[in-house]
Amino acid sequence: MNLEIILHAGIATGSVLLFAAIGEIFAERSGILNLGVEGMMLLGAMAGFGTSLATNNAWFGVSVAILAGGLLSLAHGLVTIQFQADQVVSGLSLTFLGTGLALVLGEGLTGETPPLLLDYNIPLLQSIPFLGPALFKEHGLLVYMGYIFTPLSWLFIHKTRPGMHLRAVGEKPAAADTVGVNVYGLRYLYTFVGGCFAGLAGAMISLSVSPGWYSTQTTSGQGWIAIALVIFAQWNPFRAALGGYLFGMLRRLILDLQGPRILLGFVNPLYINSNYSFFLIMIPYLLTIIALIFGSRAVARNKTGSPAALGIPYIRGERGQ
Amino acid sequence: MTPNPPAVEMKNIVIAFPGVLANDHVNLTLQEGEIHALLGENGAGKSTLMNALAGLYKPVSGTIRVKGDLVNFNSPRDAISKGIGMVHQHFMLVPTQTVTENILLGLKEPRFAMSLKKYDQKITELQEKYGLFVNPSTKIWQLSVGEQQRVEILKTLYRGADILILDEPTAVLSPREIGELMETMRSMTEQGKSIIFITHKLGEVVDIADRVTVLRKGVVTAEGESMKGVTKKDLAHRMVGREVVFTIERESHDLGDIVMEMENVSAINNRGLPALRNVSLNVRRGEILGIAGVGGNGQSELAEVITGLRDCTGRITIQGEVINNYPPIQAINHGVSHIPEDRTAVGTAPSLSLTDNTIMKGYRDKPIGDGWRINFQVANEHTRKLKNKYNILAPSIQTPAGKLSGGNLQKLILAREINSEPIFMVAMQPTRGLDVGAIEDIWALLLEQRQNGSAILLISEELDELFSLSDRIAVISEGRIMGIVESENADIDQIGMMMTGMQQERE
Amino acid sequence: MAMRLRIEQRVNVPKWLPPTTSIGSVVVAFLLGGVIFKIVGGKPLQALKFFFQAVFGNWAVFSDTMVKATPLIIIGVACAIAFKMRLWNIGAEGQFYAGAFGASMVVLVPLIPLDSPKVLIIVLMMVMGMIFGGIWGFIPGYLRAKYKVNEIITTLMLNYIIINWNNFWIFDQWSDRGFQMTATFDRVAWLPRLTDYAKEIKALSGVTLHLGVVFGLVAAIIVWWIFRYSRWGYEIKLIGDNPNAARYAGINISKNIILVMTFSGALAGLAGMSEISGVVHRLQESISPGYGFTGIIVAWLAKLNPFAIIPVSVLFAGLIVAGREIQPAGMSFLLQGIILFMLISSDVLLRYRIMIINTEEELA
Repeated sequence: MNLEIILHAGIATGSVLLFAAIGEIFAERSGILNLGVEGMMLLGAMAGFGTSLATNNAWFGVSVAILAGGLLSLAHGLVTIQFQADQVVSGLSLTFLGTGLALVLGEGLTGETPPLLLDYNIPLLQSIPFLGPALFKEHGLLVYMGYIFTPLSWLFIHKTRPGMHLRAVGEKPAAADTVGVNVYGLRYLYTFVGGCFAGLAGAMISLSVSPGWYSTQTTSGQGWIAIALVIFAQWNPFRAALGGYLFGMLRRLILDLQGPRILLGFVNPLYINSNYSFFLIMIPYLLTIIALIFGSRAVARNKTGSPAALGIPYIRGERGQ
Repeated sequence: MTPNPPAVEMKNIVIAFPGVLANDHVNLTLQEGEIHALLGENGAGKSTLMNALAGLYKPVSGTIRVKGDLVNFNSPRDAISKGIGMVHQHFMLVPTQTVTENILLGLKEPRFAMSLKKYDQKITELQEKYGLFVNPSTKIWQLSVGEQQRVEILKTLYRGADILILDEPTAVLSPREIGELMETMRSMTEQGKSIIFITHKLGEVVDIADRVTVLRKGVVTAEGESMKGVTKKDLAHRMVGREVVFTIERESHDLGDIVMEMENVSAINNRGLPALRNVSLNVRRGEILGIAGVGGNGQSELAEVITGLRDCTGRITIQGEVINNYPPIQAINHGVSHIPEDRTAVGTAPSLSLTDNTIMKGYRDKPIGDGWRINFQVANEHTRKLKNKYNILAPSIQTPAGKLSGGNLQKLILAREINSEPIFMVAMQPTRGLDVGAIEDIWALLLEQRQNGSAILLISEELDELFSLSDRIAVISEGRIMGIVESENADIDQIGMMMTGMQQERE
Repeated sequence: MAMRLRIEQRVNVPKWLPPTTSIGSVVVAFLLGGVIFKIVGGKPLQALKFFFQAVFGNWAVFSDTMVKATPLIIIGVACAIAFKMRLWNIGAEGQFYAGAFGASMVVLVPLIPLDSPKVLIIVLMMVMGMIFGGIWGFIPGYLRAKYKVNEIITTLMLNYIIINWNNFWIFDQWSDRGFQMTATFDRVAWLPRLTDYAKEIKALSGVTLHLGVVFGLVAAIIVWWIFRYSRWGYEIKLIGDNPNAARYAGINISKNIILVMTFSGALAGLAGMSEISGVVHRLQESISPGYGFTGIIVAWLAKLNPFAIIPVSVLFAGLIVAGREIQPAGMSFLLQGIILFMLISSDVLLRYRIMIINTEEELA
């Protein structure tokens, strides 16, 4: 159990959660709750994998995955923004839709080997002791983009004018509307952005981090973990990224725990009976619940945590106070 | 020499909503540099008309001219570009952002990255020009209501508005702040701005308006009349079409024992700040105790600690039994009924039927409730009776409560609360947003309860209402009771001073 | 003659509109699904034929459909009571598995000797199924009531957790000779089926309809009664519509959240017990083709009306049965997604209506 390896794997798998979570942060900051992330991720995974197979180009696959996620989220946007339907149910229906589409269109993809995304090393930085190999060696380009994307997102949301509008739309859309900010348009935009990143995250799984198409097992609930991560991160991209990496490390740790005969000086129970690994598999999901408990308590205490208008449809000029 | 065209000219405006004609061929003309009052009771159509001018609604028919040019607004942006700025009754400010950020919201500058120092400067200059001082880097939720209003006005001025629409600007201000606002308005018109202000308060119209337009049920009853020599009585007549009785008969009678007693009650509000400080009050049988004060000084919290919706320190008793710091059911079981401040968000369930709403407090007891069951036949019969008795207008008892008008909804709530034969009633803003007819009905109902021996705590921001109905009036300011006076001997200036925080003798 | 569309809010919802939107959603979904199916190389008309046979065809296939409808009815009702209070129980699938585990315990531990009277064993299995399902509903309910934790995510996470829990026992402790399933249950633990009476009535041979369907009908009646006549149902309705008003009316919202989630979980757990005792007769890894998720859609399509849930469950069961013949396998999942999506899109028609205005008349 090598800490360096665990860190490396954590960064790789964690980047998937990073993109999905930050995408969802954008959507939720604008006031739209998108629970369809799991479906969009799965669709992105399948679309990326399938397109790469068909076109022999992994990056093409990534582009199509992004588009697929974005288009699916536009359906969510249409129903919640235009028709003012309940955002929770709409998100759920999109999970079904995305998953269904992915399963149907992805039939027969299991076992195929399309071109995958390549890993690269970053010169100089990779030589930093300990952190270097873990962070800057043998990662896909998307992981490196994740390093830059996180601070850029934070800067965008908190230090730019469009970011200010984004926050206003999610806090008090009426205020934004009366000064001429296009509330509906921005909500569509950021929902789309969220969907795109969910699709990207999916493609990252099937083309880079855990290559292959394994039906619903490809994502196995990571979309939901990403949504929980947003609450835990209190809508802050840095915390979301950190949480993602930690989760990734945990998953690697779980894998590693099953190997050695001796663990911490004792005989490893997992070595004796591999069925005990079922309990290990539970841990990420259990931890998600625990993270949610802490996140929800923080939100309840802070009051300035969740965007005030999250989940509430905006209707211009509502009568009757 | 041709005079300047009017700042705003609205002709034949028609605006309709499902089931109601809000504006019926309305005309309104605003001259440059004048303060024009748009007067009418609640529901007359004033806000609707101004919302159209501000670009939020599109009239079904009619024309709008701004400075002589015909305009067709599709959104607030269009109106802003023509120099129209609206300050809404409910502020359109983002609580978690600063003053500067709120003022800059929606504008093209700063281009992308924000360094706000430069803009803080600009805004401070603007403040000095018009006398509207607020610290630009504070967050909105930290400001007082009066300060927030200044931010709203600054917003419009920053965008180059020269036509300002103020919607019920004095509703949330203390008497001193109202005076300051009026000075600001005069100063702005002296600098060339034109102002329309919407109000239902006759006194203000007399004090500050140059001309007035009166709306009654969507129709203009006085168009752009000069205020010279016009009295409150004249205005009232135009507003309601008949002589308005400003006082109501309140028989004096002997008061009974103390029903509700609050001793040294303190509580904190949702933001963690103190809302009530060492409040001690009592109310007797057959008495109405009025609580006067500018909104936001602890009234909501006062109602909440009595009805079990908020915890507090100190003691609150009903007929000697402690009821504070228990869940709401404790208060309900002790005969406390509550007419909440917000009739739609708290007092009713909008998608459920009238019947479902009327049994909200009484469904546990016979004859409506019976162990595990609810006898809906009895409930429906009961609702029908209440509907007729209180004259609640609705298509049927199965109609979702959310479809009722404000007045009828309030009557529904009152019917429900009164019907439980309460020992003690907390009535918070019972006539807010209602037209004169409904107001008179509600007042009569409250006085009837008083006659029957109920003890009532009446919390209201309308001094007329408090004077008409209360036996005693307590004034609350920043969570403290500043003084309690007998309403017969009370003098409005004295009350006004207490509202702004000056302690008086207790009687 | 110039025309214009105008959209305005409805004042009254005509009674025929909600069922029409439900039916319309299904029809449109079938059409869309058929198109997609054609694109991926399937034969939609043939699939449609399978579907009609499943629901309206001969008794044997109909019985198969009813067997699949049984867990859907119970779970549909379980979801309906939670959704009525706007508690999003997405964990019915997990509660189903938990119930299956609980019921299996009776037979596999065994909790009571297997030569006890059949009634006792069956009833104990029912109770254990409901207890374990109830626990799996209690946990997210408690977290929501006490810490305001979003129940959608907690219920979903619990789904994954319980499946792995069950797998441990199936692969390890209770495994039948190393296979990935337990031994077949002793006959005494099987819910009575119509085919058990084939000796007396020849026609019943092969008809696998089992007692579980009665559980479903009883559950539907009970929940219908709760909604219509009971105090609890009124409180649930009120909390779902306006929690602030419910609190103001003195209702204990936390208590009700926990109660409803536990009740919902218990029902879903009962569905799990019914499936393993009436159909599968052992505990194995896959005992549900997503009943927990389909049940959600059933509840929504039926607009939370327990009696409407019965025919809707039959409809979806028909889809599952027909789906066995249909490749690709994900098709039924996709169809369900489209139905739900169409349903919520059509809800807008319940709030607004579109009118065609003759602009000349308008200006007059």
